[in-house]
Amino acid sequence: MTTKISKGSAQVGNAGIDTAASLGRRHFIVGSAMAGGGLALGISIAGGAGDAAAQMVDATGAPEINAWVVVRPDDTTVVRVVRSEMGQGTHTGLAQLVCEELECDWSKVTLEAVTAGRNLARKRVWGDMSTGGSRGIRGSQDYVRRGGAAARMMLMQAAADGWQVPVGELTVANGVISHAASSRTVRYGQVATAAAKLTPPDAKSIKLKDPRAWKIAGKPMRRLDTAPKVDGSKVYSIDVRLPGMLNAAVKQCPVFGGRLVSFDQAKVMGMPGVKGVVRVNDTTVAVVADTWWRAKTALDALPIVWDEGPNAKVNSASIAAHLRTGLTSDDAFADTDYGDALKAIAGAPRKLEAVYTTPYLAHATMEPMVCTARITADRGEIWVATQNQESALAALAETSGLPLAQCEVYNHDLGGGFGRRVTVPDFIRQSVLIGRQFPGVPVKMIWSREEDQAHDFYRPVSQCKLSAGLDAKGNLTGLHIRVSGQSINAALNPAAIKDGKDVRQLQGFWKEPGDAQIGYTVPNMRIEYAMRNTHVPPGPWRGVNTTQNGVYLECFMDELAKLAGRDPLEFRRALMGSHPKHLGVLNAVAEKAGWGKPLPKGVFRGIAQFMGYASYSAAVAEVTVNAKRQVKVHRLLLGTDCGHQVNPDQIAAQVEGSVAYGLTAAYFGECTVDKGRIVETNFDRYRIMKLAEMPKVETVIAPTWDFWGGVGEPTICVAAPAVMNAIAAAIGRPVRNLPLKNEGFTFI
Amino acid sequence: MLSLNVNGKAVTVDAEPGTPLLWVLREQVGLTGTKYGCGVAQCGSCSVHIDGQLMRSCVMPVSAVAGKRITTIEGLSADASHPLQKAWVEFDVPQCGYCQSGQIMAAAALLRAKPRPTDKDIDDAMTNICRCGTYQRIRAAIHKAAGTAKGSGNGSVVHLVGETGASATLAANGTDASPASDA
Repeated sequence: MTTKISKGSAQVGNAGIDTAASLGRRHFIVGSAMAGGGLALGISIAGGAGDAAAQMVDATGAPEINAWVVVRPDDTTVVRVVRSEMGQGTHTGLAQLVCEELECDWSKVTLEAVTAGRNLARKRVWGDMSTGGSRGIRGSQDYVRRGGAAARMMLMQAAADGWQVPVGELTVANGVISHAASSRTVRYGQVATAAAKLTPPDAKSIKLKDPRAWKIAGKPMRRLDTAPKVDGSKVYSIDVRLPGMLNAAVKQCPVFGGRLVSFDQAKVMGMPGVKGVVRVNDTTVAVVADTWWRAKTALDALPIVWDEGPNAKVNSASIAAHLRTGLTSDDAFADTDYGDALKAIAGAPRKLEAVYTTPYLAHATMEPMVCTARITADRGEIWVATQNQESALAALAETSGLPLAQCEVYNHDLGGGFGRRVTVPDFIRQSVLIGRQFPGVPVKMIWSREEDQAHDFYRPVSQCKLSAGLDAKGNLTGLHIRVSGQSINAALNPAAIKDGKDVRQLQGFWKEPGDAQIGYTVPNMRIEYAMRNTHVPPGPWRGVNTTQNGVYLECFMDELAKLAGRDPLEFRRALMGSHPKHLGVLNAVAEKAGWGKPLPKGVFRGIAQFMGYASYSAAVAEVTVNAKRQVKVHRLLLGTDCGHQVNPDQIAAQVEGSVAYGLTAAYFGECTVDKGRIVETNFDRYRIMKLAEMPKVETVIAPTWDFWGGVGEPTICVAAPAVMNAIAAAIGRPVRNLPLKNEGFTFI
Repeated sequence: MLSLNVNGKAVTVDAEPGTPLLWVLREQVGLTGTKYGCGVAQCGSCSVHIDGQLMRSCVMPVSAVAGKRITTIEGLSADASHPLQKAWVEFDVPQCGYCQSGQIMAAAALLRAKPRPTDKDIDDAMTNICRCGTYQRIRAAIHKAAGTAKGSGNGSVVHLVGETGASATLAANGTDASPASDA
């Protein structure tokens, strides 16, 4: 393996990692830099797809069977995982998939995390390590299952060799290999050392099981990582303690795009525990002290002069006005355009037009951004919680100036991710810059909640104008959707915008099947996007653009059904004949909800369906709204067709989580902008749903076993529109602006 | 120097009197199970017991708790054997887990005050924030620990729908079986 570092490479961010596939893994770029900034690290790899020969022993000295599996003499089976665990259950699900093919004893399975440095040193034998886009399982399932199967074949071959019998005469169950003809058995742990020396089987000889025959995967196995979460023993990145460690508190210019001018460190250097005041970069100052509380106390007392710049004039009203121009401008591009939607609507006997708006949202992970860095002249190390370990490694190398091979990332399970820790390693760079100023001393940087809220990469702000025409019978004949708003790609991944057309902002409205396809066919349809960027940095937020686009389309469909005098479910079904999977999950949820059956007086239903992350979602809500505009969601069914179910109990947990996250946004969520900065800087203003407000969720899992879809994000896009449609049914008019609190609603 | 009684042990710490108990526990006593979430007593991640009463330690000056009995998640039981901890594990309540120390401490205070809580009691007492949305299982786990559970499930309701439209119940791991229509 040769490693070269090239300055000024055009490859950036996630785009660089995506490039690996197109280059057949012979050359790939690990990059962490945002557009136009920093350098990217080009890594040329001579060997191709990973170095399986460079075997590692585990901590007990047991050799690995292959990159994914180690079996110890006592039969403990170590499954390696490279995706990040942030609560979504991916580690347990991946272990289930490996063990299903391995045929080992599930009760003896433990997990081992792989570091980015190890992956690089072994020529990426574990593949891509990023964890986002609900790809943790669906993006790894094929090769981890093959890894489990290959290990099983090697273990069985080792047993066959030892007994001098054909391997075809052996069977295996629960990690015990049997030879019926001679009534002999041997445990995996007894043949593991011999198996590790065998040549791996030819990839073509590996036959994976039919998922319908799974015994470990597909079942509601308990998570493997729960115990240390109930007694305080689990070490998150914020809990890292290293010998001689110092702590840093940081403050960034409150206005995005503003700059740090000066600070008066003499005022705080004498405060208890303070070791230094550091200019981190052009926008950030840090106080370093023996404890974080002392660092923060001194930082709060530090006189700082900012140049807030011209963005200090921007506020939510000016942003909204900017976006409104995009609803009617002629600079939009049409992603979907068939028939003549504008003409069909103009000539329709009944028409409807509506404008919906959704605000910026912060991720608000419970654990704020934290990173500990120890930088010496020849070694860079960080202790962090990231969704993207290789990006973090690249950021460490770039920012420290050290070669990749002399850097390492010790990743921790995340105290919440939701997309915040997947793209820009902004806080990692800050931590390394601070660490550079204290050579050899580990420095833990913790963002306060206020910093975390004020310097996020927010769910982009957008508005949507929807227009439609109905014929005399109430059939939808033309649909025109115009989205105006901020582009995530323009800020984070401009290379993904082809010919000025950013289709990502139309996620869920795409015409192509397979990932986030619109579920309706209308005689005339036009779907457009007008880009309206602001100075507020946008980013992926659990569910990304499906979260607002699902609200826009599905609430408007209910408005149209009402105009047509049709039942909302029947109105949708009539447009879904060409979308059997969308329709399948909608029907499954409607049936479980008892759609159409009488409800108690005052209870109203709402329905929605949408698609994202290759999975099909639908929801039905049962809601009351009293005279004081108090909303109560009595029952909320969410359905998913995620193709294959790997752990239904964890699917249910993710569905419930998507309700809490999605309804928190619909009820309370907004980051407003005043004087160029975010107003909602803590949970007193950025309200989060609490237990009493959580609806009773029922999860409908309707897998069709013919594709692999995501789980963590897809269902969030139907939670809010189903509830909003039920509220509209209850009050007799649609609600078009989020959050609902601004319309006078409260939630009980 | 301040003397504290943490989880039954006397400890001496070097902290300014106004330092929040949370940071003294985490940085000076070395007990990191109690978490920082907001610093303004909004989220409850920092929940501990002071003389048996539930407190949000991020706004509690350490000088105010000298001489009082401080109990953190690490001291709730010696070996994770508190009924709530056992129920939390049995029902796989945590997702990311970051808020769960505080959730369990809040639930423990609730059960001390009301050993057989109603849903309303749980609604009123459990005001800690969880961003992963584990609330449904938290409720079920509290009922399980209190012996007030109506069923055997972990709080999740799952309908498994087969390709033929036929449904099955999900019984393993204590997940609630679907309502009667699935039977």
